[in-house]
Amino acid sequence: MRKYLLLILVLITGLVFTGRLFYLQVYNTSFQARSESNAYKVMYDYPQRGYIFDRNQKLLVSNQPSYDVMVIPREVKNLDTLEFCSLLKIPREQFEKIMVKARVYSPRLPYTVVPQLTKEEYAYLSEKMRKYDGFYIRKQSLRDYQVAHSANVLGYIREVNEAIVKKNPYYQDGENMGMQGIELAYEEELRGVKGVKYIQKDRFNRDIGKYKEGAFDTLPQRGKDITLSIDAVLQKYGEELFINKRGGIVAIEPKTGEILALVTAPHYDPKLLVGRERSKNFSRMFYDSISRPLFDRGLSGEYPPGSPFKALTALIGLQENVINTQERISCRGSYNYGGKKPLGCHHHKSPLAMVGGIAQSCNSYFATVYRRTIEKFDTPQEGIDSWNTHLNSFGLGQYTGHDMPSGRKGLIPDANYYNRYYRYPKYKWYAPATISNSIGQGEVLMTPMQMANFTAAIANKGWYIKPHLIKDIDKQDSIPSEYIKKNYTTIKPEFFDPVIQGLFDVYNDGTAANLKISGIDICGKTGTAENYTRIDGVTTKLTDHSTFIAFAPKDNPQIAIAVFVENGYWGSRWAGKIASLMIEKYIKGEITRTDLETYVLNGNLEAEYAKPHSGIPFLINQ
Amino acid sequence: MTNGRTSRFDWIIILLFLALVVIGWLNIYSASYVDNVESFFDLGNIYTKQLLFIVLSLFLIVFILAIDVKFYERFGSIVYIVSLVSLLGLFIFGNSINGATSWYSFGAFGLQPSEFAKAATALAVAKYVSDIQTNMSLFKDQLRAFLIIALPALFIIPQPDPGSALIYAAFVFPLYREGMHYVYLLLGFFAAALFIGTLAFGVYWIAGLVLFIGIGLFLFNRKRRPNKLKYLTIVFACVAFAFSVNYIFNNVFEQRHRDRFNIVLGKEVDTKGIGYNTNQSEIAIGSGGWLGKGWTEGTQTKGNFVPEQHTDYIFSTVGEEWGFLGSILVVVLFLALIIRVLVLSERQKSQFSRVYGYSVAAILFFHFFVNIGMVSGIFPTVGIPLPFFSYGGSGLWGFTILLFIFVRLDSRNYYYT
Repeated sequence: MRKYLLLILVLITGLVFTGRLFYLQVYNTSFQARSESNAYKVMYDYPQRGYIFDRNQKLLVSNQPSYDVMVIPREVKNLDTLEFCSLLKIPREQFEKIMVKARVYSPRLPYTVVPQLTKEEYAYLSEKMRKYDGFYIRKQSLRDYQVAHSANVLGYIREVNEAIVKKNPYYQDGENMGMQGIELAYEEELRGVKGVKYIQKDRFNRDIGKYKEGAFDTLPQRGKDITLSIDAVLQKYGEELFINKRGGIVAIEPKTGEILALVTAPHYDPKLLVGRERSKNFSRMFYDSISRPLFDRGLSGEYPPGSPFKALTALIGLQENVINTQERISCRGSYNYGGKKPLGCHHHKSPLAMVGGIAQSCNSYFATVYRRTIEKFDTPQEGIDSWNTHLNSFGLGQYTGHDMPSGRKGLIPDANYYNRYYRYPKYKWYAPATISNSIGQGEVLMTPMQMANFTAAIANKGWYIKPHLIKDIDKQDSIPSEYIKKNYTTIKPEFFDPVIQGLFDVYNDGTAANLKISGIDICGKTGTAENYTRIDGVTTKLTDHSTFIAFAPKDNPQIAIAVFVENGYWGSRWAGKIASLMIEKYIKGEITRTDLETYVLNGNLEAEYAKPHSGIPFLINQ
Repeated sequence: MTNGRTSRFDWIIILLFLALVVIGWLNIYSASYVDNVESFFDLGNIYTKQLLFIVLSLFLIVFILAIDVKFYERFGSIVYIVSLVSLLGLFIFGNSINGATSWYSFGAFGLQPSEFAKAATALAVAKYVSDIQTNMSLFKDQLRAFLIIALPALFIIPQPDPGSALIYAAFVFPLYREGMHYVYLLLGFFAAALFIGTLAFGVYWIAGLVLFIGIGLFLFNRKRRPNKLKYLTIVFACVAFAFSVNYIFNNVFEQRHRDRFNIVLGKEVDTKGIGYNTNQSEIAIGSGGWLGKGWTEGTQTKGNFVPEQHTDYIFSTVGEEWGFLGSILVVVLFLALIIRVLVLSERQKSQFSRVYGYSVAAILFFHFFVNIGMVSGIFPTVGIPLPFFSYGGSGLWGFTILLFIFVRLDSRNYYYT
C-alpha cells in the first residue's frame, strides 16, 4: 500500500481531469456561444438613407449630419471642468450630473454628453476636442426635411423598440427605422443594407483589430432614392387650404393611380420630429386626442360618404337594368318607404331623370333606384350581396391596396351584416330597412382615399389602378406590378356616360354651379353627411360633414379628387370650394378666383370643433 | 565512453520534459503575442524571454548532470539552509510584485527563491529520512521531519504566498512511503472532508452526521467491549473541528478566501469579481471543443479574457486552442512524467534517491492537481504555476533543478550494475 498510494491518486486525478475536460469541451456546448459573445463585437457601417423626391424631382427629404459630444468616462484625464463647461456652454452642475450618469452607465462605453450640436457648434468644437482626453464627437445621420409639408406622407424615422428588434433580426438596439408613411412603406429600399465589421475585443471591450482578418465583414449598400407621385406644390396648397379645418384631401391621377396629394388636417411640420425636441414634440402630438395630428384622415378616417355615393347607386341601377336614363321619378320633398319617418329631400324641380337626379341630388330618385336594385332579387339577402359585389369592384369595403402603411377598409354592408344586426331568421328584414345606403348614409363608410379611388374609376369609365405614392425607385421604373395593373369594375363602360353627364351638370346647373372654373370642364358631386358623436353617453348629432368628389377635365381626366371637411355643413360650403381650388391649381397652375381662395384660406371651423368639448348645449348646422 | 555515460540518464523523463517545455512555450507564445510587435527577438516579449529561460535551463541541466551525486547527498543540508536564508532575506531585500514580496530583482529579471526552496527541501528531507539513525515510525523523528518541511512553508506564507506554501503538504507522501503511520494521512483526509463538508452543508448537518455515525459504530461494534471514552473523544473532536472550521471560515478568513471556496462549492455564482477568472477560464477551455480553435486562433486567449493566462492559467490556452484532444495529451504527458518518476524511485537502490524521487513526484503531482483543478473550475483559486508550462524563469529553473537532480541520482544506479 505504501508503494502504490501516490500512484493511485495520480491515476484518479488523471481520470477526474479527463472527465472534467470532456464535460467542459465536448458535453457542454454552451461555452462556444459564450466565448463568441465574449470575444468579438459586431460593428455596423450605416449607409446614407435614400433621398425622397416629388413627382417633379423636387427634393423633399435629404440627410444632415448630426454631431453628439460623447464621453468614455475612464479615459477622462486631467479635465479642466470649468474651461470645458464654458466651451460646451452648459452649467457645471449639469455637466457633473451627466458625468455621474455616464459612469453609472459604464466606465468603458461611450455616453452622450451633449446631443445634436448645430453645425456652428460643431465647427467650433471639433478643433478643440482633441485637447480633452476621453471626449470625442460622434457623427450621425439625421433626416433633413426640405419642405414644411407632407409630414403624413413622408412619415418619420426613430429608434427601433424592443418589439421590433425581437420580430426583425435585421435591427439592433439604437438603430433607426422608418415608422410611418413612406419611410416605413419603403424602409428596405431607403435604408439600404448596413455593412458589418467583426472586431476582435479584449476583456475590457477594447478593439484589438479585425476578427479573422475581416473574412466575415461586408460592405454597406447605399439606400435607394425614391420619387413620389406627390406634387409638392399641390400638396402644400392643400395643406394651406385646410388651415383651421379638419379633414383630408386625396387627389389621384386617374390614368395611373398615382396619388398627387394626400392631405390630412391638422398637419404638422416634419422637422418637429427631428433633433433635440423630437420626443417632446412627438408626445405632445401623440397625446392630442382631440385634433389628432398624427392620424391620417385621408387614409384612415372612415366617414359616411354622403351624396357622392349616389353616382354609384346610379351605376349599379343601370348595370342591374332596373332603371334607364330616360325614366323620370317624381319627388314630393321626401321618399316614403313605410318607416317611422320618411327619407327627406330638399327643394328642387320634379320629376327628374338620371342626369337631373344626380345634378339636383334628389334623395327620392336614388332611394327608388336602390330599392329596385335590391328588390330585383328574390330575397333582400341576395340583393344586398349583389350590390356589395358591385361596390367591392370599386375598391370599397376593403383595403384599397395603396402603398402607405395605414389605411382602413371602410364598410359596405353585406347580407351577413344585416342578418346579424336584425337577428335573421328570427326577425326578417327588407330593402327599406337599408334605404339610407342609397344616398351614402346608413351603414356605408368610406375613407377619403376610397372616395378618390371610386371617382378615378368613374373618370376612367370602369377601371382603376390601385392608388399609390411610389413613382420610381432609384430613377428606374421598378415599381411593384400591382401599381400598373388595371382593375375593372363590374359596370359596363357605356353606363358611365350618363352618370358623368350628371356629375358635369352638378357644376352647370346643380349643387356646385357657383364653383365653375372657366376653361375647365369639371365633373363633381357634393355631399352633406349626417354624423353623430357620444357626449356623456348621449348620442348627439353634430354639424354635417362637408364632402365632395370631382374629376377634371371631363374628357381625358387628369385629376380625381375627394375632399372631406369634418363638420363643414353642406358639400359646396367647404369641400366643394377646396376641390375646385385644388383642381384649378393643378391644371392651370394658378388661381384666378383670388377672393374665393382668400375666403377658404381664412375659413375657420375651430369654433365648430370646440362645441362637443365645451360642455354646454350647442346648436348645429348654422 | 560518452555514449555509455549519456545512456545512463533516463531518456523517457528527458523527452517528456522537452515535450512539456516546447508545448508550454507554444502556448505562452499564443497567449502573449501581439499582432503589431516589432521583432521576435525583442526581450520585451514574454515569449522571447521564456525562450531565453528555456535555453538557459538546458545549460543548467548539463551543469546539474555533470555534478557528482555525492555532492547532492553531502551538501543537501547546506543547500537547504542557504535556501532558508534566501527566503528570510526576502523580508529585508525582497521586491513586491502583485502584492507578494517573493522576489529578488536583478534589473529586468527577478528571482523567486520559493521556487528553488522546493528542490532544497526535497534534498534535506531525503537526507534526513535516509539517515541511518532516523526511524520514521518514531514520533520524535517524525516531528523533526515535519519541522524540516514546515520551516520553508512558514517563511513563504507571510510573503504572502499561501499557494506555494500549500505545496509542502506534498512531502507527506514520501514520509508515508518511508514508514510514517497512515493515521497522519487519515487525519489529513478526514480534516479535509470535515472542512469541505462543513462549508458545503453547514456545521449542524455535519455535527449531526458525525454523531450519527459515531453512535452507529458504537452500537454495532459488539465484538469487544467498546471504549466509550475513545468514541466520545473522537466524536467530540470531530464536532469541535467542524465548529472551529465554521468559526475560522466566517471570522478569520478574509472575504476573498471565502469567495474562492464558495464558488467552487457552487454556493455563489459570481462572474464579475473573484469568480471572473474561473468563469473566463472555463469559457476558454469549453469553447475549444474536440479539436480546438487552432494555434493562436483562440478568441478568448487573443482578447486577454483570462487573467494571468501565460502564467497560472496557461492551461486554458491549451484547452481553447488545442481542444479536448490537445488537453488530454498534456494531461497524459504529465501523468506519464509523474508515474515515470514514481516507478524509477521505487527502483532506486539508495534510500536517499528513493525519498528524493518520491518528493519530486509528489511535488509535481500537487502542482498538476491544484493548477489544472483550479483552471478547470473544480478546485478553489490557488495561484501556483503548472510545472514546465507556465511562464517564469524561476519556476522553470526550480522545476528543472528538482527534476534533473533526480535524473542525475537515478543515473548512479547504473554504476553498480
